[in-house]
Amino acid sequence: MGRYVLRRLLQLIPVFIGTTFLIYLLVWAVPGDPFADMCGERPCPPEFISAMTDKYNLNDNVVVQYLKYMGALLSGDFGQTYSEQPVADLIANAAPVSLRLATVAVLIEAVIGVTAGILTGLRGRGFLDNLVLVSTLFLIAIPTFVTGFVIQIVLGFQLEILNPTVSSEATWGELIIPGFVLGSLSMAYVSRLTRTSISENKRADYMRTALAKGQPKRRIVGVHLLRNSAIPVITFLGTDIGNLMGGAIVTEGIFGIHGVGRLVFDAILSKQGAIVTGVVVMLVLIFLLVNLVIDLLYAVLDPRIRYD
Amino acid sequence: MTDLTTAEPVLRDTGPGKPRSLSSDAWRDLRRRPLFIIAGAVILLLVVIAVFPSLFTSVDPYHKDLDHFRETPSGAAWFGYDTQGRDVYARVIYGARWSLLVGVAASVLTVLIGGFLGILAGYFGRWVDGLLSRTAEIFFGLPFVLGAIVILNMVRGANIRGALPIVGAVVLSIAVLSWPVAMRIMRSAAISAKQQDYVKAARALGASSSRVIFKHLLPNCVAPVLVYGTIALGAFIGAEATLSFLGIGLRDPAVSWGVMISDSRNYVRVAPHMLLFPAGFLTATVLAFVMLGDAVREALDPKLR
Repeated sequence: MGRYVLRRLLQLIPVFIGTTFLIYLLVWAVPGDPFADMCGERPCPPEFISAMTDKYNLNDNVVVQYLKYMGALLSGDFGQTYSEQPVADLIANAAPVSLRLATVAVLIEAVIGVTAGILTGLRGRGFLDNLVLVSTLFLIAIPTFVTGFVIQIVLGFQLEILNPTVSSEATWGELIIPGFVLGSLSMAYVSRLTRTSISENKRADYMRTALAKGQPKRRIVGVHLLRNSAIPVITFLGTDIGNLMGGAIVTEGIFGIHGVGRLVFDAILSKQGAIVTGVVVMLVLIFLLVNLVIDLLYAVLDPRIRYD
Repeated sequence: MTDLTTAEPVLRDTGPGKPRSLSSDAWRDLRRRPLFIIAGAVILLLVVIAVFPSLFTSVDPYHKDLDHFRETPSGAAWFGYDTQGRDVYARVIYGARWSLLVGVAASVLTVLIGGFLGILAGYFGRWVDGLLSRTAEIFFGLPFVLGAIVILNMVRGANIRGALPIVGAVVLSIAVLSWPVAMRIMRSAAISAKQQDYVKAARALGASSSRVIFKHLLPNCVAPVLVYGTIALGAFIGAEATLSFLGIGLRDPAVSWGVMISDSRNYVRVAPHMLLFPAGFLTATVLAFVMLGDAVREALDPKLR
């Protein structure tokens, strides 16, 4: 087990370097003057340009730039924006909000999606099955921003049940509706995945054995069936946590949530490369680590899977 | 499978129980599915709309008449007018081609890149597989929307004009971020097909790598990737709409449904028809492609029957 974790951690390093270098290249090695529209209508004063060129090592080769950036980052320095704000502070302010939003979304998709999947998977064809299939089809087909808009108009503006935008504190309660919007697409996938997984495993040999042993139905389903069907679902949910942290750009925009998605979107448009690279490095790290944890969970769920 | 049936004509002509190839079997199965028929009809209609928009409306989608400023739907204009007094119905009809073009081009490109690299990785294995799989992981680690925004923002700095180059940039950014999925599907299909006897036989007979790949592996691995491509086509149309909604996807003169939805965002409360009609068309299109992909997958995968 220990050796497996070590090997996986070592495998993460090239992927981490590759992804972050790719984004660094896209953000910083753009042809053209990075300070073109930075100072409004006037061209930037030469002192400012030379100071910034110095600060972000823009005169170096892009590989050297990247190495210097990563070196600083590994010692905990995320760099500063053009207006001297530390990027680490900006991320520290936005990340908890995004984390709460992603948690709400994953909880909603796990609870609703898995329940719907289990019910339809166990029952087989019938009214409920068709209902879930059709509604998941619609959830997959409607883009997130349309769901978000429609819910905001209907619940926020017309029925006035809830505040159409989220306050700057972004409490758990306020994030339920945005979390639902954010998680709706994955909820559809989770329920379909659970359904397929359960209906496949329902016919497995160990199920027949358990039934023949005379075990109660609750135990057969709860222990044997669910545990064995959980792997693809857990994999999907895990990759989703990483995606939702950065993929919430649209949802955060609609509901006015000041999370990571909003931060990085504004940063891209205002060409604040330091923020973009900082956020992406954090997101990639989360994505890779979550995937590792999920791989390790496999052995817990299914003892037939062994490492080393 | 196809080779088997043509190689044994004797078997083929023996009565009603003649064996069919997987593709003709799947096609017979598909024709009986209501899901496939509905999805196929919707897609056919959309293609006709995209190619010949003038058959469906005689109104100029660019004609502005401020007298009709944000007018609600009526007999004269079924879907109403937008903020600049343009006919929403005509714009939706003319927008179909851009949305479809992005979806089709992006999914063809994704399947080509991913399929080609996947079959190479699956067939050659060893370091080729290691290199390609690690590269795919690098691209897979980038969050989709975020990566697309960064790429498109970079492209926008290059000052692109004209409809087709704008479409090209969006298509390219979608394909660059999506090919790893197609590659993984093709790779695992190629790995399992590689161990089949007919591939071993072909290699033993001295067939070159390219012949084995294109004559033997490809026909047997292409089905799952095509299914992915069909479902992804719908998803890519939605992705284009999302990017346009964020203001970095398509823009004038390539007015897709996503651009129309984006234009409507500030007037949603006073003129919801500006949002609902393009969004409705968008949803119906994505739905049709997802349904088609589902139907094809079920037809091609006998296990699910």
